[in-house]
Amino acid sequence: MLGLIATGFLASAIAPVLYKRYRENFGWIAVLFPLYMFFGFLSRYPEIAAGNSVRESLPWVPSLGINFSFLLDGLSLTFALIISLVGAAVFLFAGAYMKGYRDAGRFYLYIGVFMTSMLGLVLADNMLLLFVFWELTSFSSYLLIGFNHHKESSRKSALQALLVTGGGGLALLAGILLLGSVTGTYEISSFYDMNRIITSSALYPAIVVLLLLGAFTKSAQFPFHFWLPNAMEAPTPVSAYLHSATMVKAGIYLIARLNHEIGGTPLWQDTVLITGAVTMLFTATLAFRQTDLKKLLAYSTLSVLGTLVMLLGIGSELAIKAFFIYLIAHSLYKGTLFLVAGTIDHETGTRDVGKLAGLRKAMPVTAAAAALASFSMMGVIPLIGFIGKETVYKAILELDRWGLPLIGAAVLANACVVMVTLLVGFRPFLGKAKETPRQAHEAPLKMLLGPSLLAVLGLLIGLFPDFFISAMLEQSARNILSEELSLKIVLWHGFNLVLILSFVTLLLGGLFYALRPVVLRYSFFSSLPALFKPSSWYESALKGMLSFAKLQTLILQNGYLRNYTIVIVLAALIPASFALYRAAEEVSIIPDYSITFYEAALGLIIIISTGLLITSTSRLKSIVSLGVMGFSIGIIFVIYGAPDVALTTFAIETLNVILFVLVLQKLPKFLKLSRSSNRIRDAVIASGIGVFMTLVVLFATSFNISTELKEYFAAASLPEGKGLNVVNVILVDFRALDTLGEITVLTIAAIGVLAMLKTATGRKAQP
Amino acid sequence: MRVLLPVIIGLLYATGIYLILRRSMVKVIFGLVVLGHAANLMIFTVGRLTKGSPAFVPHGATGIAEPFADPLPQALILTAIVIGFGIQAFTIALFKKTCQSLKTEDLDEMRNTDQLEKESP
Repeated sequence: MLGLIATGFLASAIAPVLYKRYRENFGWIAVLFPLYMFFGFLSRYPEIAAGNSVRESLPWVPSLGINFSFLLDGLSLTFALIISLVGAAVFLFAGAYMKGYRDAGRFYLYIGVFMTSMLGLVLADNMLLLFVFWELTSFSSYLLIGFNHHKESSRKSALQALLVTGGGGLALLAGILLLGSVTGTYEISSFYDMNRIITSSALYPAIVVLLLLGAFTKSAQFPFHFWLPNAMEAPTPVSAYLHSATMVKAGIYLIARLNHEIGGTPLWQDTVLITGAVTMLFTATLAFRQTDLKKLLAYSTLSVLGTLVMLLGIGSELAIKAFFIYLIAHSLYKGTLFLVAGTIDHETGTRDVGKLAGLRKAMPVTAAAAALASFSMMGVIPLIGFIGKETVYKAILELDRWGLPLIGAAVLANACVVMVTLLVGFRPFLGKAKETPRQAHEAPLKMLLGPSLLAVLGLLIGLFPDFFISAMLEQSARNILSEELSLKIVLWHGFNLVLILSFVTLLLGGLFYALRPVVLRYSFFSSLPALFKPSSWYESALKGMLSFAKLQTLILQNGYLRNYTIVIVLAALIPASFALYRAAEEVSIIPDYSITFYEAALGLIIIISTGLLITSTSRLKSIVSLGVMGFSIGIIFVIYGAPDVALTTFAIETLNVILFVLVLQKLPKFLKLSRSSNRIRDAVIASGIGVFMTLVVLFATSFNISTELKEYFAAASLPEGKGLNVVNVILVDFRALDTLGEITVLTIAAIGVLAMLKTATGRKAQP
Repeated sequence: MRVLLPVIIGLLYATGIYLILRRSMVKVIFGLVVLGHAANLMIFTVGRLTKGSPAFVPHGATGIAEPFADPLPQALILTAIVIGFGIQAFTIALFKKTCQSLKTEDLDEMRNTDQLEKESP
């Protein structure tokens, strides 16, 4: 499977080159890649259905527990099949749809990277590897939403999606690391039996919150749902693929994958259940005021995502069954409808439902595919959507707690979805044809094949559910609940409460559709107060962050050199003194007060010269003090057996004094610039540093140090360096490269000095 | 001297930092020079002091008998002194150029490149 992923990235990389060559026909070539993946996964189907799973692992960073490990089991196979099948439809569709775009080659690169990462995500058996693919999908989603990068709204939506899902990704990473610290491994298959260990850990609540934050942002759950409708700025194939069929299901995949390992507690189940239910109902009602085909579909997608999350929260056998059927059904019909919306947009030039009608004559095949998918979306027998909705209702009715309010919410939400379907799937095709910006005609074969195929598949699975998906569902359910389930799926359950609810849903949906113009006239739905709109929370958070950054810059980056110095000095001094204080407890410093006359005199000279340097108002006096100080330090080197250092110091101090005098002689006296309060503050900080450094030196000299190097150099100097002066031998032989670097630095400094002294002063400052 | 030298090092550090915090650019350069001395002296002291016996191999011998001064800190300081001089020479030249073109040595007047653009009223 690693080979598959690597091939995927490689193929994406060469896609732009191939596109340049084949242009018009590239869609037919591109589709081979997802198709190959699809049939590859399909060939594993019998093996997985028999209850086996395939695991591959290759060490990547073994010391950190990061491996290229992949696992193909029922759950990952289900997702992989959806990803590659919808991928095939989308790639082919894009071949015709993207024709007018300038950078279509780049589009294939992005979407190829996305598909590969998405497959990697669902196949990964290592949490950290999963995280890498998770971020790659966010990243490719960013590039794809912002594909029309010349439009400001595209860029803004892309950034919004990236910030929301990326922020969630960070939470996910933190959650993964905590999980790893509890279990001691990052391999998902090793967690399998650790439910008790994980749920009893003190870190468990933090793990749950962080992981769910990641999952909810990715799958656009309330209150993070706002990025998804905005992501409709992307070209339609992207919306169909990433923002309805695959990427937004990554969070759901994560919840499903980890349900057995860290679920089963009230915290996990209730959080997931409530978030899902709120999302399902809330986002469905938001669909009322939409007129754009894609936005309508986006809000219904949100509602379905909420339903899926809710089902995982319920967590019963029936709920998991419903989850799978609904998942597959949604991918098939929503993929179709998005592509149909793209076709309509492409052929007529508008996506406004108010301006579209009577397209069935001009576009009969599209209309048929749309109708088929719409029936599935509404839950009409005999399509897979019908089975999905029936099972969802059954799973909810089974609940003791929450049962009644939840079924009400589900029926309402589904009625809104029915309304969306009527608006998107039927209204553009029925009635009398209207004038559209472009003369409508049937789309090319490339744009028809994908949606039709997905729609027909929805019908086939609805008719023969047992044949198509039963075996896969059994295995998938085993990954989520760890129980062997016998999931008999049948189309017809007989006349019962659930069927009645289905009818009620359809009727309500029809009613909503009829009432929609009336409701819209009253501005109740047209604008929510900002306080209740999570998107405005996002806006103000973004604004707050920017103004905070500005404030921070004003405080820290204010142009006063001494403020920078103070910040740096204090940031080093405070923690370092703390560390010194802690370490000094173990040492007793025995000071050696013995002192000779000339040492005392030398010390006194240095002290006087520093005093003069600080207080003097004459430049020349300061320079002389500096010179005296340098020479005194040179004498200290002489006393302690460092004649070479002393010689260098004398030479350089002499040069320094000459240079200073030459440059500074013509300048006026010092100005007294600082206020005295500043002087006192600076004196306090400086004394702090002084005391600290004194203590550090005393502390450092109270230990015995290793003399190994000293002895080595003393012994090796003559035989290996052929020199008697060990210091010189070190400089020109043992550490000759250092000296070479030093010479280079000096040369560069000399060039700099020359350049500054020789060139004329540049432009005069503006008056 | 075992106590006096750490005190002198502390004093040099304090002086260096104090000078660097001044507004006058010359004083900042003085501060750099003093800090350089402080750092060199500190490396020298922390490498342990040995009075009066430099690390010279006597004629006829192949090694040196203890006690002798540790040659490694000395070599490091030598490099540091020379590079320090390069920096000083550069800053002095820079100072001269700055004074010529800006007609000031007050660092507080040289901050417009670091300021955020003023919001238009």
